[in-house]
Amino acid sequence: MDYAGVVTLEILYMIAFLALTSAGLAIVFGMMRVINLAHGEFVMLGGYTSIACYNSGINIYFAMLLVAPVVVGLVGLIVEQSIIRFLYGRMIDTMLATWGLSLLLIGLVTLIFGNTAVSMPAPITGYQLGEYQMGGYNLFIILVTVALLIAMWAVLRFTRAGLIARGAMQGADVVSALGYDPRKVYMYTFSAGAALSGLAGGVLAPLTGLLPSSGGAYIAKAFITVITGGAAVISGTLSSAVILGTVNQLVSFASHPVIGEIAMLALAIILLRLMPTGITGRFFRDGT
Amino acid sequence: MRAWPSVGHIRWGWFLLATAILLLLPLVTDTHTPSVLLIWALFALSLGMMWGYAGLLSFGHAAYFGLGAYTYAVAVINIGESTVPLILSMLVPAAVAAVVGAMMFYGRISDVYMGVITLLVTLILFKFMSATAGDAYVIGGARLGGFNGMPGFHTLNVPGYPEISLFGLPTYYVCAAALLICYLVCRWILARSFGRVLVGIRENEARCELMGYNVPAFKTAIFTVCAAMAGLAGCLFANWAEIVTPRVFSLGQAAEVLIWVIAGGLGTLIGPILGAISLGYVKLLLGEQTLIDNSLILGAVLIIVVLGIPRGVVPALQGLWAAAGRRARGRAGSGQGARRTLGASKPEHT
Amino acid sequence: MSGVVETQELTMRFGGVTAVDAVNFSLRERELRCLIGPNGAGKSTFFKCITGQYALRPENGRVFIRGADVTGWNTHEIVRLGAGIKTQVPSLMNGLTVEENLWLSARRVHGWAGAGGAVEEITAELQLGEQLRRLVGELSHGERQMVEIGIVLVQRPWLVLLDEPAAGMTGNEVERLVGVIRHINQTASVIVVDHDMEFVRMLGSLVTVFHQGAILLEGPANSVLDDPAVREVYVGNRAA
Repeated sequence: MDYAGVVTLEILYMIAFLALTSAGLAIVFGMMRVINLAHGEFVMLGGYTSIACYNSGINIYFAMLLVAPVVVGLVGLIVEQSIIRFLYGRMIDTMLATWGLSLLLIGLVTLIFGNTAVSMPAPITGYQLGEYQMGGYNLFIILVTVALLIAMWAVLRFTRAGLIARGAMQGADVVSALGYDPRKVYMYTFSAGAALSGLAGGVLAPLTGLLPSSGGAYIAKAFITVITGGAAVISGTLSSAVILGTVNQLVSFASHPVIGEIAMLALAIILLRLMPTGITGRFFRDGT
Repeated sequence: MRAWPSVGHIRWGWFLLATAILLLLPLVTDTHTPSVLLIWALFALSLGMMWGYAGLLSFGHAAYFGLGAYTYAVAVINIGESTVPLILSMLVPAAVAAVVGAMMFYGRISDVYMGVITLLVTLILFKFMSATAGDAYVIGGARLGGFNGMPGFHTLNVPGYPEISLFGLPTYYVCAAALLICYLVCRWILARSFGRVLVGIRENEARCELMGYNVPAFKTAIFTVCAAMAGLAGCLFANWAEIVTPRVFSLGQAAEVLIWVIAGGLGTLIGPILGAISLGYVKLLLGEQTLIDNSLILGAVLIIVVLGIPRGVVPALQGLWAAAGRRARGRAGSGQGARRTLGASKPEHT
Repeated sequence: MSGVVETQELTMRFGGVTAVDAVNFSLRERELRCLIGPNGAGKSTFFKCITGQYALRPENGRVFIRGADVTGWNTHEIVRLGAGIKTQVPSLMNGLTVEENLWLSARRVHGWAGAGGAVEEITAELQLGEQLRRLVGELSHGERQMVEIGIVLVQRPWLVLLDEPAAGMTGNEVERLVGVIRHINQTASVIVVDHDMEFVRMLGSLVTVFHQGAILLEGPANSVLDDPAVREVYVGNRAA
């Protein structure tokens, strides 16, 4: 009974992890058809930002939930203006340039922070579930993810910015027709996506030691989640996170964590083969 | 009729010059570094052929490089003599590529998803191989060794004589020969109808289908051939390094070969070769331990090339040369002068 | 079932819209037929159904080409039967020259040895000589249409299917096109889908009028085009 509870929580955590780390990438892909391969490094930057803030004495929640997104959002702004905006419509070229960007960011961070792992403690301690010792922080992550998804949905549905964003998903001409400059919209969208990645990194920072190369662990899974999910930002990401996360954890529990990961990757290939535009590419039309 | 633009033409003068240089190089320098540069050049050639001429961008071509390396190591440990392992190191990647390729191409997925799927394949291999530590993971007599890899296997020997090992200078010549032969094979393919259809597929796949060509079959075929070449490079790499680790499958390795091809020149055969040799040399100079500089430079190079010279250095130079010549008249309408993107030249679609 | 092209109860629905409604169509050997009809009448959808551009399922009806059941076949499989297809949106290799485009098409049917000759013939027939060495991407829309027709014809198909071949062409080019189509018709069966009434009149063939997914009327061009029912379908009920 308790074991079922543990498994369920682990699955929920994995789903939350995938959704949280993919949210930023999903916004950028869903709205702008840009595949940002430096996404993992944005997450990593969020982590380093919150650790640096924490070490300077700033309140930990403030650092994770506010400073990290803002800082990485600014980085995203700079990146969009200097690189991304020249490559709109050229999907493969964008993938290549952002791959270069990811290498660049890794190099820069290594230069500044060095190659040894940095970390910070989790603000929430563990608890007992029957015989099992659970990490309480995981619950916090699940909660943050849920709050984030609800907030995103609300913004898209109920605010003017959300309306513009949904228009942007249909195409740049819709944005112009609404009276807004598509280039400005794309700039803010990319920054927002970066900010979300930073948030994910900030929140996940207490979990493990952070290295400049940590981004690599996030990019693959986020990438798969977003592409498999398809173009609808929230429902796509959520549905693929649920499917992939569940399979990953179930197989991991049944055998070995590595097999679980491989199963998830293989499942993604199968899903992509069967539904080449992603889960929501075919089924959802309104873009949320 | 006018021959296809620089497809299939071998400038024998340059080729013989290159051969001579390769032949005589050992007289002036130690061959350890040149060997690996030639191996990387072969690897880059295999990707450049597929990408530049057929328009197939694989983000995970390192998968076949790694499969070649591992296949060689496993086979030679089990067999003891190197000829069959060498052949297997080309056949196994080819077989895997045939399966993966058929699945992708007959499924008519778009470029972007091809990039994703190929990336996933190399990722799966990397994760799998990294986790194979322990005695349970054995193929025949060969322990896979997990993250630490497989050290200490037989290097190449003269076919039939396992005791006569080809190490040091002979390895260099084997690498040089492999590169030259594969280059000729690529040129031969491009000179034939098969090569021209590949170019057609790159230009406009739908149109080739409308002409009645079985496009998925062509794509799978070239994908398989290029995987075999990458496998050969991997096998030679295993021999040069005397160890095979999962790093051959890594995203880093996958990114490096892409960058060599782009920076050197997409759409030519010599471009990727030169890109690999020069950037590979820079990487060796910087040394493996200063990963910072390596990443920084590679990243910056990639960004600059994508933004500034999307077709790489060699075609840019070739373009300047050609612009001064006859084609200037045809270029005036800005059709060809417009910058080509690295993705397929058909309109982008999601 | 002696027709070159035959459809049985061909139906295609998109969501709630029936674009093609149980159409029974047949084309005889060496016939030239024009398919006309206002926008949304279903003629282009019909064309795409018979050329393999939509994956047909059993519930969509059946399509036969020279007796072979090609329902559900891919475009390239239908082309390999010996059909030549020109789609509505020109699809060419912009980065290659006209000659290279033609050669690639010719090569598939005539082999390396015969391709050059076939290209020369078609170049003469369509008067493409001046554009041979030019990059297709630099040509005008009408010139590209002509090149595309060349690509189709160089394979010497016995069934030619053209979707809006005259679009974007100048008056001269249209006249040339009419001559070309009449010439091909001597050896091949031809279906032309088009809007341009003048062009259809110039071809002077049998015409099939589509309306709301079904065949409204079939007959010789002049009588069909002057038929009041057809006029009404095109311009609405604007009785004088």
